[in-house]
Amino acid sequence: MRVRLWGTRGSVASPGPDTVRYGGNTACVEVRTDGALIVLDAGTGIRPLGAQLRDYSGRIDLLLSHLHLDHIQGLGFFEPCFRPDVELHIWGPASATADLGERLSRYLSPPLFPVRLRDLGSHVLLHDVPHEPFTVGDAVVRGVPVIHPGPTVGYRIEDASGSMAYLPDHEPALGAPAFPLAPAWTSGHDLAAGVDVLLHDSQYTTAEYPARVGWGHSSTEQAWAFAAQAEVGRLVTFHHDPSHDDQELDALVAQLQGRDGLDVIAGTEGLELTVQAR
Amino acid sequence: MAQPIELILVRHLASTLSIPIFLVDGQGTLVFYNEAAEPLLGHRFDETGEMPFDDWTSAYAVRDESGRLVGVDELPLVRVLRGRRPVHDRIDITGMDGAVRTLEVSAFPLEGHGEQLLGAAALFWESAAGAE
Repeated sequence: MRVRLWGTRGSVASPGPDTVRYGGNTACVEVRTDGALIVLDAGTGIRPLGAQLRDYSGRIDLLLSHLHLDHIQGLGFFEPCFRPDVELHIWGPASATADLGERLSRYLSPPLFPVRLRDLGSHVLLHDVPHEPFTVGDAVVRGVPVIHPGPTVGYRIEDASGSMAYLPDHEPALGAPAFPLAPAWTSGHDLAAGVDVLLHDSQYTTAEYPARVGWGHSSTEQAWAFAAQAEVGRLVTFHHDPSHDDQELDALVAQLQGRDGLDVIAGTEGLELTVQAR
Repeated sequence: MAQPIELILVRHLASTLSIPIFLVDGQGTLVFYNEAAEPLLGHRFDETGEMPFDDWTSAYAVRDESGRLVGVDELPLVRVLRGRRPVHDRIDITGMDGAVRTLEVSAFPLEGHGEQLLGAAALFWESAAGAE
């Protein structure tokens, strides 16, 4: 399994000289297995991914963690959306109030966007993320609701070579009297347990978190504690706060690197990882 | 196996409230009760941990307002789990400490997407025996 990060920023795109090393595009991750092309989220990072897929035809599975704008804003700029030789499967968390198509159409329709979802040129199929694991090519995907405002899922993807988990927006410490509690009472634990690579929300500093409780995100320390409890192979910090420049991210990750033997790296736009079982 | 986030969030909420709350999962296992509920059971949750359905439903004597013993199937949380509808009731309960308390109970199901029954929660208010 090969993973490439196309956007690692949280909340809103933040390009500029202060973010040039880690990148300013919002969430998008490309996952390739021998039999599947999976795209995690459609933040602004999906636009350059689409440009690279100009000659691609066939099936693409786009797995949305949730429908906040920083995770869908790039969808209308994803070139494969407009090609009839592409079968685009879009998966997203179920809602009790409206189906996935209706919710996506709130953005992909005038006046917010000139093209309606139904008018995209590719063959689009929409799916609520099922309760049970499902297969995409040779990959097994599991989506489970996690703590974040509104319907939100995290994903675990496994193939013959290894496993990864993707929890870009996640506040498992919310309301917990001490964090982390036992694994059974920790949101998202089962998704991350034992994976080779974990991409996890690490938006805040420890000092920033108390003023943002309930906003749906984690501090870097909480991300580390979550990853350590789940005994992951490598933690990739993700969903960087738009106000954090490259130097701040350097310092945040430096505090965590190697602690208790856990491998920690900062999610960096353009970073490529090969996921292999330990 | 991790609990669903709906149960996790209710547990976290319960741990901050001062009214007694019991929380059961979809199989009826008592998975949490908060500090305010501990006197009703006579044990701290940290001491008992989770309790199987057969244990907690037989841990104390429950009577209705007429003094009749209430069977397991008539317990508010059990009615909620089986009927998947909210229940409000007044009961007399003899705790593990031997004290009889009159309680008002509001219990409600916890359903997730796809009509999954994830569990149920019961809130208790202690009132003077026989009071309206």
